[in-house]
Amino acid sequence: MDATQTTPVKYDMEVVRWFTIAAAIYAVVGTLIGVWIAAELAWPFLNFDISELTFGRLRPLHTNAVIFAFGGCVLMGTGFYMVQRTGATRLWSNGLAWFTFWGWNLIIVLAVITLPLGMTQGKEYAELAWPIDILIAIVWLSFGLNHIMTVAIRKTSHIYVSNWFTMGMIVMITYLHVVNSLAIPVSLTTSYSIYAGVQDAMIQWWWGHNAVGFFLTGGFLGIMYYFVPKQANRPVFSYRLSVLHFWALTFGYVWLGAHHLQYTALPDWTGSLGAAVSLAMIIPSWGGAMNGMMTLSGAWDKLRTDYILRFLVVSLAFYAMSTFEGPVMSIKTVNALSHYTDWTIGHVHSGALGWVAMVSFGAMYHMIKKLYGVEKMYSEELVNVHFWLATIGTVVYIVAMWVSGIMQGLMWRDYDEYGTLSYTFVESVSAMHPYYAMRAIGGLIFNLGAWIALYNIIMTVRQASAVRNANAVPANA
Amino acid sequence: MSDHDKIYSTRFQDKVERSTVLMFIVTAIVLAVGGIVEIVPLFYLPNTAMNSKDGTFNRTVHKDGKGNVVSMDKIVWNPATSAHKTLEDWQPGDGVRPYKPLELAGRAIYIREGCYLCHSQMIRPFRDEKDRYGHYSIAEESMYDHTYQWGSKRTGPDLARVGGKYSDEWHRRHLKYPREVVPESVMPNYYWLEKMPVNVAETVQTLKVMTMMPFNPVSKTIYTDAYINDAKTQLEGKTDLDALIAYLQGMGNHIKFEEGVNYRD
Repeated sequence: MDATQTTPVKYDMEVVRWFTIAAAIYAVVGTLIGVWIAAELAWPFLNFDISELTFGRLRPLHTNAVIFAFGGCVLMGTGFYMVQRTGATRLWSNGLAWFTFWGWNLIIVLAVITLPLGMTQGKEYAELAWPIDILIAIVWLSFGLNHIMTVAIRKTSHIYVSNWFTMGMIVMITYLHVVNSLAIPVSLTTSYSIYAGVQDAMIQWWWGHNAVGFFLTGGFLGIMYYFVPKQANRPVFSYRLSVLHFWALTFGYVWLGAHHLQYTALPDWTGSLGAAVSLAMIIPSWGGAMNGMMTLSGAWDKLRTDYILRFLVVSLAFYAMSTFEGPVMSIKTVNALSHYTDWTIGHVHSGALGWVAMVSFGAMYHMIKKLYGVEKMYSEELVNVHFWLATIGTVVYIVAMWVSGIMQGLMWRDYDEYGTLSYTFVESVSAMHPYYAMRAIGGLIFNLGAWIALYNIIMTVRQASAVRNANAVPANA
Repeated sequence: MSDHDKIYSTRFQDKVERSTVLMFIVTAIVLAVGGIVEIVPLFYLPNTAMNSKDGTFNRTVHKDGKGNVVSMDKIVWNPATSAHKTLEDWQPGDGVRPYKPLELAGRAIYIREGCYLCHSQMIRPFRDEKDRYGHYSIAEESMYDHTYQWGSKRTGPDLARVGGKYSDEWHRRHLKYPREVVPESVMPNYYWLEKMPVNVAETVQTLKVMTMMPFNPVSKTIYTDAYINDAKTQLEGKTDLDALIAYLQGMGNHIKFEEGVNYRD
């Protein structure tokens, strides 16, 4: 610490600023598309008979926008931020970081164009056409190389825990993306996976669940381990717990994909193995959540005044809840009911909205203040409004999906006294209508919060530049 | 003054977190284990519908209730042993076969429109699923599905055995305007598929690519050069809607399932 204070390090933060503002924009866009497709399921006329706007084409755009555009920009922005600050060093290559920024945004633009046109590989969360997949690999490796090289040139002796998680994510996402995306092209926009059937299903969910495990969990745990202690101004509760948390997650998460394939044509042992490890994962996940929460011990009063801390703490509560719900849903008897239903969608969103988006917003607000050298956001009150909209929106969403999911599962398996199925399939569809409407409203509330965040961030940036310009005038005079 | 040399955890952990290279290598190894254990065996164990180099299915053995072995030729269509030697002669019940050209074009539309996001193609071994959809799905049934389409969500019903359940005309009306036949449906209208001609060149190329796959390729004795050249004539003048219906009507009726046979063990 002494060394860094006597000779202040100049960091490469301009690229982090751009990533942060891009993330705020993608949060609005990604959740807006989500609201739209949610409304399409409640009121199908909203497909407007326009092929580019149908649910089947926009749903991949929604998932790609929230996971890879919003989540990706948050992860890369915070990744570059944390690795510099924890290592007391500038980026290994500022130029490469800009290549990563523009490359990643080019990929997002290409996704916005190609997915509504129906250019897809038909693999969930890995839909993008094969030339874009190659671009993703290049840009991802540019981020990974820059991050790891910056770790290597750090001035501190130890690698900080956040950077372990980011490195784990970099390595695992590279494995997953390369193996899962192997395909033979038939044209510039169409290709077919080299795997088929059972093998493809397992590889797809190894990818699918670990995109959750390492992109949406590991990467964001890195954020948690840096920004919660920073915002609370307290050291991490337990260093040893963070060591256990990291290695248990790194080893264990990889096995979970198979729990998406219970009772399918996959050999039984794979699903059972996936479920067993899933259950075991409650322990490190809760250990990690406790580690984050207990970091606040002695500083709980800050929750009354610090709205950013509220985002971070509530995100940990959702993290703990989702990492309990997930293992429960992987138990075979529960999975028999929950699989194929909206319960899965609810579970994903309790993680994605409650955990990933909340911890992201907490980190983004924290960074914006530091990056632009301001004491306060343009409006601290709006941060609080955003916090409540995000929390209420998430709760409305997941409650709607719990009810509809469990109801669907029970209707499908219900028998009448003559031993025949009680309900036709379409009766279960019409029974979902009120919950689909409720889900769209929950999503809309969350989306309103994202608009407020974007407004607040833009106004903070404008105010900061105005102050800087005003200060610059007398200095010149 | 400095506590830089103090070890707060174990000696190994301390060493790892002081070294970028070590951290990278150890993480990379630990991350690889789970995937290797779960994925690699699926390429050689029985009952995963992997076509071995010698033409067998990795020692897969399905047995009926009396313990008699059910010949794999009854499950996967084998032109050499079947009474029906070509794809045109193939009859439902002859066993799993590769897609015909129009079906392959329809499958591309199924993927393009994201049908898999609302419809599954994987029936689980439960009483209600048997009553609603039919016999549970088995691995061999998707062995030619390069990218599988099992799906993960049933906003609409499972389609694994939809083939032959409805008439072509029903599908035509339902795909064009779903609420005309099922008022409660939330499916988008796909009437515009009728106006789009099938992409002939891409479908022909897809047939070729399916014979080149490293895993479970279609045998060149089935997709012969002559068959691929002839595919054009089968596709000319067809629309995306025709193709999609052909795909749906070909689904799930390949195997004649017998009572008392355990097809999954």
